[in-house]
Amino acid sequence: MGELRLMKGNEAVAEAAIRAGCDGYFGYPITPQSEVMEYLMAEKPFERTGMVVLQAESEVASINMLYGAAGTGKKVMTSSSSPGISLMQEGISYMAGSELPAVIVNVVRGGPGLGTIQPSQADYFQAVKGGGHGDYKLIVLAPASVQEMCDHVKLGFDLAFKYRNPVMILSDGAVGQMMEKVELFDQIARRTDAEVISQCPWAATGKPKDREHIIITSLDLDPAGQERVNLKLQAKYKKIQENEILFEEIQCEDAEYLYVAFGLSARICQKATDLARAKGIRVGLFRPITLFPFPAPQIASVGNRVKGILVVEMNAGQMIEDVKLSVGCNVKIEHYGRFGGIIPSPEEVVRALEQKIIGG
Amino acid sequence: MEELFAKPEIRKPENIVYKKTDLMVDRPLSYCPGCGHGTVHRMLMEVLEEMDIQGNTIGVSPVGCSVLAYDFLNIDMLGAAHGRAPALATAIKRLWPYRFVFTYQGDGDLAAIGTAETIHACNRGENITIIFINNGIYGMTGGQMAPTTLPGMRTSTSPYGRDVQTMGHPLKITELIAHLPGVEYVTRQSVHTPVNARRTKKAIRKAFEIQKEKKGVGFIEVVSNCNSGWKMTPVQANKWMEENMFPFYPLGDIKVDGKLVEKKETVS
Amino acid sequence: MTEEIIIAGFGGQGVLSMGKILAYSGVMQNKEVSWMPSYGPEMRGGTANVTVIISDERISSPSLNTFDSAIILNQQSMDKFEKTVKPGGLLIYDPNGITRHPVRKDINIYSIEAADEASKLGLSKVFNMIVLGGFLKLKPLVASEFLHKGLLKSLPARHHALIPENEKAVEIGKNLLKPVQVL
Repeated sequence: MGELRLMKGNEAVAEAAIRAGCDGYFGYPITPQSEVMEYLMAEKPFERTGMVVLQAESEVASINMLYGAAGTGKKVMTSSSSPGISLMQEGISYMAGSELPAVIVNVVRGGPGLGTIQPSQADYFQAVKGGGHGDYKLIVLAPASVQEMCDHVKLGFDLAFKYRNPVMILSDGAVGQMMEKVELFDQIARRTDAEVISQCPWAATGKPKDREHIIITSLDLDPAGQERVNLKLQAKYKKIQENEILFEEIQCEDAEYLYVAFGLSARICQKATDLARAKGIRVGLFRPITLFPFPAPQIASVGNRVKGILVVEMNAGQMIEDVKLSVGCNVKIEHYGRFGGIIPSPEEVVRALEQKIIGG
Repeated sequence: MEELFAKPEIRKPENIVYKKTDLMVDRPLSYCPGCGHGTVHRMLMEVLEEMDIQGNTIGVSPVGCSVLAYDFLNIDMLGAAHGRAPALATAIKRLWPYRFVFTYQGDGDLAAIGTAETIHACNRGENITIIFINNGIYGMTGGQMAPTTLPGMRTSTSPYGRDVQTMGHPLKITELIAHLPGVEYVTRQSVHTPVNARRTKKAIRKAFEIQKEKKGVGFIEVVSNCNSGWKMTPVQANKWMEENMFPFYPLGDIKVDGKLVEKKETVS
Repeated sequence: MTEEIIIAGFGGQGVLSMGKILAYSGVMQNKEVSWMPSYGPEMRGGTANVTVIISDERISSPSLNTFDSAIILNQQSMDKFEKTVKPGGLLIYDPNGITRHPVRKDINIYSIEAADEASKLGLSKVFNMIVLGGFLKLKPLVASEFLHKGLLKSLPARHHALIPENEKAVEIGKNLLKPVQVL
């Protein structure tokens, strides 16, 4: 068993990055995720593992530092919260276009604009549907606990390098700020430069005499060439869709009704499931863990067995679109959302099910 | 053209008196005839060849006319988003401290959209070389006003001349950067004559030597022409540059060994 | 076993750290725990509260509206949280500064004069641990050896010298409870 600690979600992300053998973290302070860099600076990973930690002048600089370092094959991470992630979108698009691996953590807060510093899930569309310009996808992981904040960093790096694609960890201010028991995984050694060079033959690490020079770019001015780039990306996304779906089903076997929720909302729905069953309502919970790839066939298989589905999100109705595309038109699907930093209570989620699905 | 280059008689070894460095990729440059980029590229690659650091260098190209620099420079390179080259270079150098890292940027890239990244990378004293090509105009997008466009100068977005009252003053970012403690060496050069090109090459060499010594940023501004954007012939453009650009952007060292140079040497 | 607890008072009373010590002690005893602070404007000078859940099973919602136990340390928190205690649940409060005492008839209520005792003994820094002692007397969720380990883990090393004082405060708290209403 790994080391047990009580940690904030943000701290778990930072510790997991060190332990995952991350080479560099570049970030800019923003509430509610500043503990990530604070923890790293206090922990001095530059002494523990040689990991570089740098406070950049902006989120724009952070993401472009990430782009530069990722282009040389290094394992790098940044974290921010919604407004900062908006600033990063150009860089993220470049990284997706250049097929670079990296982990980007979004500890979401309520918007739009400066919004609030309280938790929200209103960045689902931005994370899952691209966010920046052009046709691209991030692999999006949605942790619902501090343990998953930790584990998804390691998983994120594995997927990022497996597919040469940026991975976003889409959490929220509550999961970032709350403390839970975490079992930490053991330290994974940082790769040596020689290992980076041999494991990442695509990376710009310095041109030896016996190979062509490597260019990391997303530019191809020839339309036919750029179309080939796009087709290659789409083929990769298809492969990810076929192979990397993660989800969880709770009390779905005998369910007449279904909650679908991710992240913190899924935790609330799990409690609501217990409360509703105590009242005799047979409801289950489907939790997508990967938001891209979205578990469409799996939701369809559960969703088409039930009488109605309530999608619970801390936003105005974003993931519900993907649920509807997955399940089809024969099942009633409604949305229940709270905004602006309000976390719905398990009791109101039960009431919403009764009013919008069972009684409606 | 192809045929001309293929003629065997002029390729006989005894006829070769000068050869471009193998560190330039053997393909035609995409720059306009008369443009300074090709010369700066060659000076840069000659320095890498002489220092024997081709395999130990990682370059970052910008967005602008030199966006395709990586097609011509036979080293590993990354193409940055507009203005962000110093951020990329920062991270690359931090994670590969024994590699030589440089950025190659134009005036719009370095002194407008990328001002923050430029100043902060310089202020942190990153051990990188920054090569800054200043031709006072946005060449690639078709001749719009740049942060370094001279007062009264006509561009497609200042068609009646740059009016400093409404369009602001040209930014002498090189002088600004020279005052930052993280910066070891700042110089302003040109490549419009062989003498000047040699001085530029020497400056690039010095900046790369500074990287070896981990002393901070080496910053080289090259005042250059843009005959297409300026709507002149190459010869006219060089003359105009000497008469108008150099008085405003005087050539010479601005900071050497971490100390500001008192009296600037001006060369025309 | 799942215990859902709200701890609420003024910022500076050690509400969040009491919750953290309780939660960490739970971790040391290999329980599932969650610690969810109210944060945002409420953190600055006003009321502070934290939801702590200690359970033998995986914890579902870390954010709750009703609680098995409420530990209440000021009037604002009494107004806000008395009504959130589940019927048959527990409310512990320090009467210091309380002008409207709890009125619920369907819950167990205890008072603990921790602020007075702490200032009498010159232990005002560990006021929160006196309160925690009272709570643990009624709800022995963590054994004292795990509380000790929890303190070791929660407090930075430079404060480890204060652990005996903290543990003393817990013992004092155990004997300071006064039943107000026991069902």
